Amino acid sequence: MIPLIDVKGITKIYNGGEIATKALSDVSFEIEKGEFVAIVGPSGSGKSTLMHILGCLDIPTSGTYIINGRNVENMNDDELANIRNKEIGFVFQAYNLLSRTTSIKNVCLPMIYAGIPKTERYERAKKLLISVGLGNKLFNSPNQLSGGEKQRVAIARSMATEPSIILADEPTGNLASKQSMEIMDIFDELNIKGNTIILITHEENIAKRAKRIISIMDGKIVNDTGRLN
Amino acid sequence: MKLLEILEESILVLKTNRMRTVLSVLGIIIGIGSVISLITLGEASQQSVKERIQSLGSNLITISPGGTQSGFLRGGPDDAKTLKYNDALEIEKSDRLTTVDKVAASYSSRAQISFQENNMNTNVIGITENYFSLRNIEIEYGVGITQKDIGTSSKVVVIGNGVIEELFTGKVNPIGQGIRIDGNSFKIIGITKSKGSEMVSSDNSVFIPLTTAQKVLYGIDHVTSILVSAKNEELIDPAMNQLGYLLLELHGIKNPEDADFSITSQEDLLETVSEITGTFTTLLTGIAAISLVVGGIGIMNIMLVTVTERTREIGIRKALGAKRKTITKQFLVESIVLTLTGGVLGLLLGIGVSLIITKTMGLPSVISITSISLAVGVSCLIGIIFGWYPAHRASKLQPIEALRYE
Repeated sequence: MIPLIDVKGITKIYNGGEIATKALSDVSFEIEKGEFVAIVGPSGSGKSTLMHILGCLDIPTSGTYIINGRNVENMNDDELANIRNKEIGFVFQAYNLLSRTTSIKNVCLPMIYAGIPKTERYERAKKLLISVGLGNKLFNSPNQLSGGEKQRVAIARSMATEPSIILADEPTGNLASKQSMEIMDIFDELNIKGNTIILITHEENIAKRAKRIISIMDGKIVNDTGRLN
Repeated sequence: MKLLEILEESILVLKTNRMRTVLSVLGIIIGIGSVISLITLGEASQQSVKERIQSLGSNLITISPGGTQSGFLRGGPDDAKTLKYNDALEIEKSDRLTTVDKVAASYSSRAQISFQENNMNTNVIGITENYFSLRNIEIEYGVGITQKDIGTSSKVVVIGNGVIEELFTGKVNPIGQGIRIDGNSFKIIGITKSKGSEMVSSDNSVFIPLTTAQKVLYGIDHVTSILVSAKNEELIDPAMNQLGYLLLELHGIKNPEDADFSITSQEDLLETVSEITGTFTTLLTGIAAISLVVGGIGIMNIMLVTVTERTREIGIRKALGAKRKTITKQFLVESIVLTLTGGVLGLLLGIGVSLIITKTMGLPSVISITSISLAVGVSCLIGIIFGWYPAHRASKLQPIEALRYE
């Protein structure tokens, strides 16, 4: 079976001024469809860099990255934008919702870029928001929502274009523990439905909810539990 | 992303920052407003000049003595005595002049005229029968000068409306009265209708038969102008050509450059005047256009601020799959909506201002499609030109950098 994500010998070097910093060195792993993976590591370990590369927000200095059979090497800005739109659903620590618009319009946004017609967009967005328990907050703007609710809108948004993977970068980082658990319940549920989830976190108890843990330190993988059943 | 959706979004953004939106388009409003009102005023004054010139007589061609290229040694056209009454008669008789409708000759000079104790110095014009109709002069009371008067060189006079006020105190009916022109007694047979505020007014002139002026008053045989009307507007140029060749032949001149007369049409005068008013309008509009550039820079400034403010939003959009083109489009549409709003408001302002001015100055007010499309076009163009750089900058932002931005 061809893995959904295939990372081979990825190295990322930042040329900040005189000193070149190696954020990732020769990282390789594969993720199959339907996995729920946590990438853990302390800050400065390179996990954010890895997340950016996995999310096609940045490109590696060397090495190959194949997502859903597509090699992102040598892709230009617009092709990368297309991959982000079709293959990846982002959930950020800071929610990153557009503050001026309603929940439903936020969920619609990636579908606008995917060229999905308006009526279908709204229908799908409504369904997604109901599925994350926000059926009564469709037309609230983000500043009328609690942190947990905002993150649920973000999760609904990440599902909008039915991407291959959901990439969650410290999704519970700004939340209280009760809300964190609720968010993790949603991820569990999504994974059970067959979605592939990659969770980047530094919290042990959050990482434990995943079915595979890749530990990263100083730009290298130090431990990969493999698929736990 | 569809244009309509981008448009909706842009309007929403501009609505949320209402105060800023209004202030930033103020430059465009004032710029477009002044351009529109100046163009409208220019057109209005041109129109009114045109109307005045046309009221002098339509399709009118004037033949004057003296060549057009006369240097100062050859003497000015006032001194030239090369046009005779006979030329006018030949023009009238000729079968070749298929384009010509009416012909009149005139001899004009200034003379002292008096009635009882009142006297004034005014234009005395010796004319032929068609002169009044060619110059659009109407007789209000009495009769005009007829061919019979010319044939008999009778001492009759038609006086201008303005002359009455000077010579008669209003108690006497001037018709049938005698006035003296340079000591000769003339009988008043008609009064012309006032032409009001015209450039070349006939109100202060008196008209006598041409032959009377030539033989009785001055003892000369030339005329100061021959007026000819073309059958219609299209025939003005061919008529001028035919007249030129006929007169060259009559005067026995082979080279047209040596012509001892000049032919001008009302259109020539119109063109000259239009050119002058046109130049003024262009100049003023040019100055107003500078304010548009200033307004455009204001738009660019506010758009750059907007892009910086919304760096994070741009990052989110890019992360969610917005292409560079989409981001460019979004900000470009926003700046066009901004300038177009300014353009429309400026148009209304301009129309308002020019209506007030034309009303108070008594000019005809013409609001042309040209000025409306100009306002819309120019304001869109400003939006594109000055919005392009900020939009380009927004599209170039790297998603990670933009997402990190606080």
